[in-house]
Amino acid sequence: MSDSFSSSTERGRPHRIRDALLPVAAHLGTLVLCGFAFWVIMDIVWRGAPGLDWSFFVDEPTSAGRGGGIAPILVSTGLIVITAIAAATPLGLAAAIFLVEFMPTGSRFAAWTSLSLDVLAGVPSIVFGLFGSAFFGLWLGMGFSILSGGLTLACMILPLLVRTTEQGLRMVPDDWRRGAAALGLSRFSAVRLVLLPAAGSAVTAGLLLGLGRATAETAALIYTSGYVDRMPSSLFDSGRALSVHIYDLAMNVAGGDENAYASALVLILFLIVVNVAAMSISDFLLRKKVST
Amino acid sequence: MFLRTPDSRFAFGLGIGAVCVSSILLLIFLFVTGEALPALKNVGLRGFLFDDAWYPTDESFGLVPMLVSSFVLSVGAILLAGPVGVAAAVYRLYYAPSWIRKPYRWLVLLLAGMPSVVLGLWGLVVLVPLIARIEPPGTSLIAGILVVSLMVAPTVTIMSESALEGVARSSWSGAAALGLSRESTLWNVVLPAARGGIAAGILLAAARAIGETMAVLMVTGNIVQMPDGPFSAVRVLTSNIALEMAYATGDHRAALFVSGLALTILVLLLSLTAARIAGLKNNV
Repeated sequence: MSDSFSSSTERGRPHRIRDALLPVAAHLGTLVLCGFAFWVIMDIVWRGAPGLDWSFFVDEPTSAGRGGGIAPILVSTGLIVITAIAAATPLGLAAAIFLVEFMPTGSRFAAWTSLSLDVLAGVPSIVFGLFGSAFFGLWLGMGFSILSGGLTLACMILPLLVRTTEQGLRMVPDDWRRGAAALGLSRFSAVRLVLLPAAGSAVTAGLLLGLGRATAETAALIYTSGYVDRMPSSLFDSGRALSVHIYDLAMNVAGGDENAYASALVLILFLIVVNVAAMSISDFLLRKKVST
Repeated sequence: MFLRTPDSRFAFGLGIGAVCVSSILLLIFLFVTGEALPALKNVGLRGFLFDDAWYPTDESFGLVPMLVSSFVLSVGAILLAGPVGVAAAVYRLYYAPSWIRKPYRWLVLLLAGMPSVVLGLWGLVVLVPLIARIEPPGTSLIAGILVVSLMVAPTVTIMSESALEGVARSSWSGAAALGLSRESTLWNVVLPAARGGIAAGILLAAARAIGETMAVLMVTGNIVQMPDGPFSAVRVLTSNIALEMAYATGDHRAALFVSGLALTILVLLLSLTAARIAGLKNNV
């Protein structure tokens, strides 16, 4: 460090070039990143928009998805995602509340849980797919089903959910806990009446992020919830998620591009709504934190 | 007996939830390893590393070309996404006009949350034909590198931003007191101070790149061979699993779980190193 300070006075010239390079590189990098991001988004909107009309949402797909709409696929996607959220929410909340409210900080169990969640968050989605098909599909006998896909996704979004809930709970001032205890509230009532409402928006933001992650997922679903593009009649039916539909149309169906793009636009619009909602909530939280 | 009070029952219930959550990772290792065992026994490490080619139906299980392809693709993606991602972070924090900062951040977050299948679709329909003009057929290593670098650049940006924001204000005022320009301060003080967090971001991006499946599968052509240039078609480990799980049985299926296990261990090492680097930085 001291070396670079002295050299910047002794050999000024190369550093002047280096210094001039930094803003150029910063602008260039940004331009490249934003340029590509815009390119992708505009491309999806441009080619996807013509295929979007009411019938696209309410019709069954025809000739392997080249024609018709995506009604059964939307239903399957909804069921898969709802299953995932319904399974992950109680588990994630329980784990986060237990870690923050009932475990001493720095305990071995808390450390292990936190490490395992970090690792879990990094496991490639195709490995979740392998695990899901071996565990839920074969071992628990669910086969290719919406249930099996939803539970696989639940495992995938749990780290996110636990982390955001933990953060929300840790933001609640300790005075509130003491206040609840002074009022003679049981731990259960304190959690239900004080802590969870206070952490509510963080939990909601986490749920929305998890919802987005689950809806965007493809690789974990191909071998768990499967390919079948008929209207599912129960959670034990195989159902094709929107992302799997896009993949199938793009790769396996000649002439499926148009509907693939329309489906991609639907997917992106949904994700934008979900993520904007999640971000507004966390921005709101940040402001609240700053003001108190 | 210890469950007599409602509160202890409540804590017990929560504890069960926490144990379930923390055992998912073990369960994944258990099941993936369990399904991989037959191949580990029958084929062995030697088979996976030294068999000439990948003809799983003819008992030939050479994973090396796919390992190399995965490696080259991730390194290429990081070489592109690393500098661009860091540059984008530096821009937003130190050069962007204030009205741009918020929409810019949303754009980066939007790109970070972009489904890989959508980027794959764009790659297949837009990028691959462009590359095919240079050298047909266009589905190639370089297409995979471009799409994946676009996917992981936001990770680098987001991690770098929080590392740069974490550099103490006093570093800035100290450098200002020494009469350093903004650029000199960035080069000599702020970027070195944030290098731990930036390195962690790049490692996480590498982990994502290695684990990425759909986008790569859609644009790289999926021919099992050693990559011999940016325009050669390649198949990476993740794509191989996605492509062959549909019909694989016996040792072949187990071999796919072996590659899944290898991927998990690789990604685990990368993310643990990243956590360690980021953690070290915080302790200093």
